[in-house]
Amino acid sequence: MGISFYVQQGLNGLSFAALLFLLASGLTLIFGLMRIVNIAQGSYYLLGAYVGLSVMHWTHSFLLAILAAGAAVAAIGALMQRWFLARFHQQALPQFLLTMGFAFIFSDQALLLWGGDPQSVPVPPALAGTFVLGSVYFPTYRLFVIAIGLVVYAGLWVLQERTRVGAMVRAAVDDAEMARGLGIDVGKVMTGVFTLGAFLAAAGGVMGAAFLSIYPGADFDVLPLAFVVVIVGGLGSLRGALVGSLLVGLLDNFGKALFPELSYFTLFAPMAFILALRPQGLFGRA
Amino acid sequence: MTPGGWPLGRWRSRTAAAAVLAALAGLPLVAPTYYLHLLTLTFCYGIMAMSLDLLVGYTGLSSLGHAAYFGVAGYTAGVLATRYAIGFWPALTLALAAAVIVAALFGLLAIRATGPYFLIITLALGQIIWGLAYRWVSMTGGDNGLRGIPRPLLGPGLHLAEIRPFYYFALIVTALAAGAMSLLTLSPFGLTLRGVRESESRMRALGYNVWLHKYLAFVIAGAFSGLGGALYAYYNGFVSPADVSLVASANALLMVVLGGSGTLWGSMVGAALLVFLQNLISGITQRWLTILGAILVLSVLYAPQGIVGAARALAARAAPRPESRRAPVPTAEPHP
Repeated sequence: MGISFYVQQGLNGLSFAALLFLLASGLTLIFGLMRIVNIAQGSYYLLGAYVGLSVMHWTHSFLLAILAAGAAVAAIGALMQRWFLARFHQQALPQFLLTMGFAFIFSDQALLLWGGDPQSVPVPPALAGTFVLGSVYFPTYRLFVIAIGLVVYAGLWVLQERTRVGAMVRAAVDDAEMARGLGIDVGKVMTGVFTLGAFLAAAGGVMGAAFLSIYPGADFDVLPLAFVVVIVGGLGSLRGALVGSLLVGLLDNFGKALFPELSYFTLFAPMAFILALRPQGLFGRA
Repeated sequence: MTPGGWPLGRWRSRTAAAAVLAALAGLPLVAPTYYLHLLTLTFCYGIMAMSLDLLVGYTGLSSLGHAAYFGVAGYTAGVLATRYAIGFWPALTLALAAAVIVAALFGLLAIRATGPYFLIITLALGQIIWGLAYRWVSMTGGDNGLRGIPRPLLGPGLHLAEIRPFYYFALIVTALAAGAMSLLTLSPFGLTLRGVRESESRMRALGYNVWLHKYLAFVIAGAFSGLGGALYAYYNGFVSPADVSLVASANALLMVVLGGSGTLWGSMVGAALLVFLQNLISGITQRWLTILGAILVLSVLYAPQGIVGAARALAARAAPRPESRRAPVPTAEPHP
């Protein structure tokens, strides 16, 4: 195993990390604002991938597939939040059970609609090549995914730290009562954040389906990893989600490559270690 | 007060428990084996669900990784029985020890967290066990699971190969476990747990070691979950990663909530309902998971107190107690 092995696995890990970030950033924003443990975040990923697959099939446009899947799943997320979750504001268990119930329904209906075989979204021709770096061959598409992950992080950071909407979200996270008193429509902010989270997860689903394939059960495969990301990074922290994604993406990849029998252990043991030292996560507030 | 000096409610529930036990003991004489099979499964899952209720209903800790201890004990018993041909009692003891050790380790990491944090952390910890079951192929058989776990030989001439003897054995184990857990909830320890559920800060101010009580409850619940898992492994003859998956843990939580958390036997009712529904509906349609999801959503919306809670509300409406015997209920409305 030479240096090229590590570079190759490292780049694979980074592209998986970018995907995880798309899921985990929504998860952590939703949790930070609403204290909802959203089990359906994995379903958004799954549904996004399948809707993207169908749109790709009809239109042959990757961009359209991402946008349509994102919009469709964002609408589902918005309805879930408005009609169901908002009724149980600040009640952790009922909210969690609702998202779990929806996750079961989505998972089963996706199986009914799209069948049980693993499928892939075709990689758009412009990104289908390989990138050669010395002795390492690396698919251009994965570099594209890494770039998208960074762009989304930058976009979310600017949105949260530098815009009026972001200031409203931060105000609602810090003190929802006070924000409401200042005239901020906290209900709308919550729906907005939930919808954005669903959109990002669905977009991640379309992009992930192009290099990991999509199959029944992918929702519950990817969800625990996204949870590990937010636990490690700190619940509610965007920067934590980024660092957590990088850690989990790389650990998962190297773990699977080096210790296949213990690969989950190599992922969860560091999580337990971080949890023991810093229960609030690396960037969480104490 | 009743002859035993017990409050009326407790007397009544003991009579009810005895009647249910007698009915279940007489059932093999009339019921077809298929129903005995479903009831035996109900006992295994019911022990797990009741032990989870110790956490959810009595301590206020909603765990989403409770299938982990069920699975650890199930796999331990399975590996010992199939690979090392170890007898039932020593294997059971080691399986319970394994569940306790894992619960003791996970508890150290999880107990500091509260509310939704606790949910997520128990979920992630539970996935460690799932990951081991799934990936540690040389020990667990991986995705194929562990097959051929023999039915236990309890002692000379006591081989539980047939369903009826196993049913009786499972019934006795379940009754003992339910009795032990019920005694636990009535003990000073159990009352302290309820105090912790209501207000941690108040219990702390009263001088209770809140962390230790929660930790002990967590480990005890893990041990009983392991008992259910070992029983399940020996009955089913097969354990697989699905038994320790996130869906399995969610199922256990659903049994508790559906039955009515904080009632212990409600969890048994919830377990029975899910086991029977799943097996009967699976004969009609492939869409069990959709139905399960719909049950979850509808129960949160319309029966937040669970079946037992709804039944109690109905009973209270049908026969209101005389005013004099009802203790005044202090009301403290939170600020809107």
